[in-house]
Amino acid sequence: MERDDIIEYSLDAHHSEEDGRKIRRKIWMVTGLLAVVTAIEVVVGAYWKEWFPGAWTAVKWAFVFLTLVKATYIVMTFMHLGDERRNIRAIILLPYALFILYLLWIALMESNFVHWSWATMQ
Amino acid sequence: MAGDATKTFSNDVLWGGGRSPFSISYGKMMMWFFLVSDALTFSGLLVAYGFVRHSTMEAWPIGEEVFRALPGLTGSYPLIYVALMTAILIFSSVTMVLAVEAGHRMDKKGVIKWMFLTVIGGAFFVGSQAWEWSHFIHGGGGYITTADGSKYWVHNDTHDTHDPANAPGFHLVPAQAGHYLIPAEGAAHLDHDASLKLWNERVNYVDGANMVRNEYGPPQYANFFFFITGFHGFHVFSGVVINIIVLIMAIQGVFHRRGHYEMIEKAGLYWHFVDLVWVFVFTFFYLL
Repeated sequence: MERDDIIEYSLDAHHSEEDGRKIRRKIWMVTGLLAVVTAIEVVVGAYWKEWFPGAWTAVKWAFVFLTLVKATYIVMTFMHLGDERRNIRAIILLPYALFILYLLWIALMESNFVHWSWATMQ
Repeated sequence: MAGDATKTFSNDVLWGGGRSPFSISYGKMMMWFFLVSDALTFSGLLVAYGFVRHSTMEAWPIGEEVFRALPGLTGSYPLIYVALMTAILIFSSVTMVLAVEAGHRMDKKGVIKWMFLTVIGGAFFVGSQAWEWSHFIHGGGGYITTADGSKYWVHNDTHDTHDPANAPGFHLVPAQAGHYLIPAEGAAHLDHDASLKLWNERVNYVDGANMVRNEYGPPQYANFFFFITGFHGFHVFSGVVINIIVLIMAIQGVFHRRGHYEMIEKAGLYWHFVDLVWVFVFTFFYLL
């Protein structure tokens, strides 16, 4: 079906058997990585009290870091954002990061203040 | 990889009109814009959860204490069921990206095979979530509070929550503050008569979970559980429906006649996004 009113980028996105093998190898590597990271998170989540008593802050930040690692691999490899041009990548990621970092900062500041004021009132 | 986005064009061609400077089709770009707005919604929910959790003065429930049951088994398996759900969703994300890869090679059989497995994985996830909700709503027997503010877990052999005091094996266990279903340190299970006396003097009996109160912790805990996992679960459900429609179109050969399988890629973007959101829900709701 030929259309002349749009440029059909999808037609250029075909790849060969050789490319396919390479892409599939990468997909399975990322799969293994995601599975291993999730397994680590679950085991540490269940047993951190026995293994790292009192280190909750470190464990918490480790969880946040591992989550960001997983998210990066899902977005860049599974969603192919790493294969897109740099400017579309920036248009999607930068405004989002800006809004959410600001929202996180303001919400955590405010909630800690609310907690502190209730604690003072008691 | 071998997509259009990696082809090199000079800047005059890209920004001079007639060609998208992003080298991306309208459909894919709009899917990305939709996903960004949807991501803002989910972030808003998770940040609101963080706000309540940081500002509250009550003890907040601990994920590995609340979510430790497996269907058909007794005993404690902290976070195993949630991990299983995560594994199912990651697996169906992998089959989806393999379907996209098959589409780029115009491999119709491969697309149908991987899309079919993706639909199965999604259906398994929605089913798992239904069990988890049911288990969360029914709870583990509930607790009573007495006039002096003490809290006791209610146990009986049949997990009867309608008339627990008359169920066989009824007894109370003094609760440890801030923990779910864990007895106070050194406290023995109360015998039947002492339990019955406290039961009759109870101020409150809280069992299971609803929007007003729950046995796990502050009411907001269950509210956020229902809203965040519910909103995500509805996304998964819509994703399964979209994947079924795309699968039927692939079987009918619509995409093959069109000359490209970009529709699989767009459905795939949505499906991976659902997986991505679950990665964050898993960390911020269940782990932290």
